[in-house]
Amino acid sequence: MSENLVEARGLTKKFDDFVAVDAIDFDIKKGEAFGFLGPNGAGKTSTMKMITTVSPITDGKMTVFGLDPNTQGRAIRSRLGVVPQEDNLDLELTVAENLFIYGRYHDMKKSEINPRIDDLLDFAQLSERRDSRVEPLSGGMKRRLTIARALINDPDLIILDEPTTGLDPQARHLLWDRLYRLKRDGATLIITTHYMDEAEQLCDRLVVMDEGRIVAEGSPRQLIDEYAPREVIELRFQEGEKDGAALKLEGIANRSEILADRILLYTDDADTTQERLHNRGIHPEQVLVRRSTLEDVFLKLTGRRLID
Amino acid sequence: MTTLARSLRFAESEVIAYRRTWRGTVITSFVNPVLFLAAMGAGLGSLVDDGAGELGISYLAFVATGLLAASAMQNGAGDGSFPVMAGILWRKNFHGTITTPIGPAEIIYGRLIWGLARLTFVLVVFAVIAVAFGAIDLGPALLAIPPAVLTGLAFTTCITAWTLTQEDGRSLSTLFRFLIVPLFLFSGTFFPISQLPDYIEPIAYATPLFHGVELVRKITLPGADGSIVTGIPLWAHLVYLVAMLLIGLYLSIRLLDRRIRP
Amino acid sequence: MSVEAPSRLTPIGRVTPFRAQRIWEKNFIAYRRLWKVVFSGFFEPVFYLFAVGIGVGALVGDVPGPGGALVPYAAFVAPAMMAASAMNGAVIETTFNIFFKLKFQKVYEGVLTTPMQPSDIAIGEIGWALLRGVLYSTAFVVVMFAMGMTRSWLAFLAIPAATLVGFAFGAVGMAATTYMRSWQDFDLVTLVTMPLFLFSGTFYPLDVYPPFIQNVAKISPLYHGTELLRGFTLGIVDWSMLGHTGFLLVMGLVGAAVANRRLDGMLRK
Ligand SMILES: Nc1ncnc2c1ncn2[C@@H]1O[C@H](COP(=O)(O)OP(=O)(O)OP(=O)(O)O)[C@@H](O)[C@H]1O
Ligand SMILES: [Mg+2]
Repeated sequence: MSENLVEARGLTKKFDDFVAVDAIDFDIKKGEAFGFLGPNGAGKTSTMKMITTVSPITDGKMTVFGLDPNTQGRAIRSRLGVVPQEDNLDLELTVAENLFIYGRYHDMKKSEINPRIDDLLDFAQLSERRDSRVEPLSGGMKRRLTIARALINDPDLIILDEPTTGLDPQARHLLWDRLYRLKRDGATLIITTHYMDEAEQLCDRLVVMDEGRIVAEGSPRQLIDEYAPREVIELRFQEGEKDGAALKLEGIANRSEILADRILLYTDDADTTQERLHNRGIHPEQVLVRRSTLEDVFLKLTGRRLID
Repeated sequence: MTTLARSLRFAESEVIAYRRTWRGTVITSFVNPVLFLAAMGAGLGSLVDDGAGELGISYLAFVATGLLAASAMQNGAGDGSFPVMAGILWRKNFHGTITTPIGPAEIIYGRLIWGLARLTFVLVVFAVIAVAFGAIDLGPALLAIPPAVLTGLAFTTCITAWTLTQEDGRSLSTLFRFLIVPLFLFSGTFFPISQLPDYIEPIAYATPLFHGVELVRKITLPGADGSIVTGIPLWAHLVYLVAMLLIGLYLSIRLLDRRIRP
Repeated sequence: MSVEAPSRLTPIGRVTPFRAQRIWEKNFIAYRRLWKVVFSGFFEPVFYLFAVGIGVGALVGDVPGPGGALVPYAAFVAPAMMAASAMNGAVIETTFNIFFKLKFQKVYEGVLTTPMQPSDIAIGEIGWALLRGVLYSTAFVVVMFAMGMTRSWLAFLAIPAATLVGFAFGAVGMAATTYMRSWQDFDLVTLVTMPLFLFSGTFYPLDVYPPFIQNVAKISPLYHGTELLRGFTLGIVDWSMLGHTGFLLVMGLVGAAVANRRLDGMLRK
């Protein structure tokens, strides 16, 4: 079970002199859902494109299905399903025709494609729009169609670059459910996302990227345990009082973070911290205590104004 | 703000957008007349002038005057089609505009003002080049510009109205293929209408470009006789074109209003 | 550590080396609905044929054709119209249409995540432009027969000849498209095709020009296309036609090679 579908060592992507992906290492195991998290411009899409073999590798080594992307791109792509960050549906074709022609690109027979189209339209909840042109579809419908298109060849490895951007909550949950089932049936998933709940729900393992490098790696739980204390206290202040309060936070929690609109305190024990706040004469307008999430890990690792 | 001021504001927005694309249009409006006059007027003219037919004037003069009106039509039609489709469908700038104090009517007036300026520029350039070729004299050439501009604007308003009834851009190329190109070819631009088969001739007389071409020729070619121009009085051509412009204007405003404020 | 994942529908063995025909399949599906557009494209050259052949023809009379024999003006112009329309058709398809798909719809980016590759796209799209061209050329020759503008059965050879013209211009057009940055650059396309259309011996024999300009005009690829087609439709065939064919063939192959290389660099960043 520890076979690696993708192995990357020192994987690097440069655009002229600009380093978009900076010598990263990762292994993606067969059957797992692997996440790439990171702020805008971190290099996620660049990495996806190299795995998809549409973007030549500048430096380092990578194998996909044990094959070399430089020379065996066609063979690799025949087993991939790709959901790009930006929809690139063929606007001249109808919904069903978009699925059909991708089946043909994969050299599938018409008799193989047609039943799959029915299934996939059902999955994407687009059966009623089957013969509609793509252009007038809503953003979310287009997204669902793009996802359905990626599944036409029953891929072994599915690469989803921000799959749920633009979907409504129902559609997101439906997609999560569907991805979960695909994984259960043996598919391997690579997902990039900005939604921490999505990463927590879907990913067995994930890496956090920043400025082209991998800054952390592990399961969602591991990362939270490692990088974020158990609880977070969010403080909001009345106009002008925040800065004064910020000066009195020294040693009050494991870590504090001052954002534009509020202050976050990371702590293993919220009660003690709240007591200390009171003792120091800090009186926020609003106090919210919650469990820390992957979002906190993300913010810590990819840097906001931090005060340790 | 008055209607005029608001219309000018909209024209201004078109000027700003145009600043990014002007280079190409200016080149085409200089280069195309030069090429056409050299190829059709001078080149083909050398065959025609010692050929079988008789025009009584040089073929160069004949084609140059025809092309002055025809390029007014082409520019006017271009102005009434693609930018309008862009406004409601591709760039959607008309939709943005009506969220400001500027209304649909002022969009149409603004485009017309802008079209008037551009058309005048393009046609003056054409006329000057035609004069340089020795096709026509400067004085009459400049006199012929207002009626040519009128021809262009009549096309602009009518085609704007038509464009506003269309679903997508594809029909625009059909319009050019089945209306503008045939008009360009069969409205007396390259050969006198009298050479058309008798049953087509009356149709040609009914076309707007014919009236534009006639106006231009009657002004610029005082020596032209019955083989080149008809006896229809100038005012009749003018009434035809002005009526066309006004009807198109009225319809454009109505249709734009309905299209972007459903 | 290589993995034998059981792939149910597209085993690696199914990866065929050549699949440009898939692009045709896609275009065919799209154009099925657009047949009116395709059909209507045929009218434009026919309009020109009527106007110039009949209207201007009456003014001109007979002109010297290849070899110097006098031919009716309509018969002289018709093959040139056919060559020009082969050029225009191919250029429009491989510049405007391809640019739109490349830059705005990003259709090809999606296509390339499947086993398709850039050369499939280049070959497929150029081939498609040619296929359409064959359709138009055939109709054109039929109209010429119907209107009495040709009497030679050699005229049917003008169909493959026009296809060659389309190939030469389509390939170069596609190569040019890979250098385009914005729509403004397309003014250049018209800036090239318009003079070619007007000065390639389309409307009158080149000898109305001074010798120097005649020699310049002979560099024009459309001139070679026009001469080739004119020879066939007038039924006057000679060795110079091999030269015209060679010129167009080389132009097309160079264009296709450049297009293929550039497209690869563009699509696989
Ligand atoms: N074709 C390109 N040419 C030049 N630079 C590029 C190109 N594509 C991406 N980049 C740069 O590489 C960096 C990484 O981009 P990438 O798209 O991989 O980020 P990302 O992590 O996917 O971001 P986002 O979350 O915004 O999608 C960015 O700085 C981007 O500007
Ligand atoms: Mg991205």
